[in-house]
Amino acid sequence: MAKITQQDVDYVARLAHLALDDATKERLVGEMTDILGYMDKLNELNTDTIEPMMHAQEMTNVYRDDVVKPSLNREDALRNAPQTNGEYFLVPKILEG
Amino acid sequence: MRSGETTAAEVTQSFLNRIKAVDGKVQAYTDVWEDHALRQAEKVDAKLKRGEDAGPLAAVPIGVKDVFCTKVGTTTCCSKILKGYRSPFDATIIEKLDAAGGIFLGKLNMDEFAMGSSTENSAVQITHNPWNLACVPGGSSGGSAAAIAADECAIALGSDTGGSIRQPAACCGCVGLKPTYGRVSRYGLVAFASSLDQVGPFTKDMKDMALALNVLCGLDPRDSTSSDIPVPDFTRALRDDVSDITVGLPKEYFTDALGGDVRTRVEAAVNVLKGLGAKVIDVSLPHTDYAIAVYYIICTAEASANLARFDGVRYGYRSPNVTDVRDMYVNSKTEAFGPEVRRRIMLGTYVLSSGYYDAYYLKAQKVRTLIRQDFQKAFEKCDVILTPTSPTPAFKLGEKTADPLEMYLSDIYTISVNLASIPGMSMPCGLTESGLPVGLQILGKPFDEETVLRVGYTYEQHRNLEMGVPPIA
Repeated sequence: MAKITQQDVDYVARLAHLALDDATKERLVGEMTDILGYMDKLNELNTDTIEPMMHAQEMTNVYRDDVVKPSLNREDALRNAPQTNGEYFLVPKILEG
Repeated sequence: MRSGETTAAEVTQSFLNRIKAVDGKVQAYTDVWEDHALRQAEKVDAKLKRGEDAGPLAAVPIGVKDVFCTKVGTTTCCSKILKGYRSPFDATIIEKLDAAGGIFLGKLNMDEFAMGSSTENSAVQITHNPWNLACVPGGSSGGSAAAIAADECAIALGSDTGGSIRQPAACCGCVGLKPTYGRVSRYGLVAFASSLDQVGPFTKDMKDMALALNVLCGLDPRDSTSSDIPVPDFTRALRDDVSDITVGLPKEYFTDALGGDVRTRVEAAVNVLKGLGAKVIDVSLPHTDYAIAVYYIICTAEASANLARFDGVRYGYRSPNVTDVRDMYVNSKTEAFGPEVRRRIMLGTYVLSSGYYDAYYLKAQKVRTLIRQDFQKAFEKCDVILTPTSPTPAFKLGEKTADPLEMYLSDIYTISVNLASIPGMSMPCGLTESGLPVGLQILGKPFDEETVLRVGYTYEQHRNLEMGVPPIA
């Protein structure tokens, strides 16, 4: 039975890039324990010899010809960005110096 | 229209008027494209006037779930993180419907990023069920189903990852079909769970459904998961004949837990088909009990990967509270994703995290194989499988929002269909004592939407139901 702790929630939130307040974390401890506990029922099944279903349809690689086609122009590509200088996306400074 | 008795502009205006009259109560539309719709209608009328072919869906009014990229208006998935986002391109199905003469009336409400079963997770508004305004329309395509039920469009587009077309169709008493995985292009569909997502239409009846599928289905070079299997003319499947059809009833779905009006209405529908010569047999889908667990592992894992793209750099919300790049990622996501989306990102990140991958994700993929095999074996003995779409009719607004697991369990009859990648359709089969629609689900073999339509059409001709119209009308 999966028992999710506050430490688990902190760890997963860090991986997921989420900053949760204490009340949300506390609620998630309970909800994730319930939901993951429900998922534990899969352990009733022996699947040692079963192949995982990795793809929704049996398809081999789909290729196209390597031909250059028109793509998104710069104006359209930047139009929805929160911050740009008209040529690039701008983000907070990553490297000092 | 071709005889000149009415025009595309008149048809479009009448639907826009209808939206003005009822959508204040239903709240299906998040954005109405009045000017755009009337301009499209003028183009159709001009073509008709010149005697040109205006397309198979000329002047058909269409509503679009806000999960599809459209150059007109915004594309937000009803999430704060995409508020104001203007897509630089149209989804393939939008291009196809446009070329077919369809008129887009606007965008429809949904659960944020299509995560939910009641449309209550929308960051924009709450949609009300036209049959009873105190009830949910189902979800996640609740706006689409409600718009069809309230006559606010003739075709509504939806997406279905675990039942998001079929369950709201059942709740709102309309027809909703999730085609086989690969049948319809997903280019321009904002991804939720990529191995499960599929696009499909809502309509009032089977004829409209066939016409919509004729336009929507087919290979798209821009979607490598779309299939090159030839697309038939679906209107030819509208045959009033089930005399050579074997119907399978999965015993795991008709347990003692299924009671009340849903059971009696679905059983009555089965008897109608039986009376028309269909052979009815019991089939078994032994791994049914595991489907919800498998689904919520796979869909949360894939969602957590898909939603990682919302980083506040190229589009979408960026938090104003930012000092470094990590802050930008963390605060943007935390401030703009709603509670259900954050919960699923957390679950998905957990099941994919180091040490748990094999126990959850790999295990779920293996059990998914068993679930698909269940359907393959069942379809050796029958042509279609009939089930209820949902264990209950539409529930009350607010009834299940406090308990996520309870909400997940309402998808019990629809989820396996996505896991097995087969087609499924919900159509109305009557009302409960309290006047809410009940949905009959018809499942078919992969790429055999034709038999699903044929069985649905035959039932539609003989169901002898007094469904009436929603009180909102």
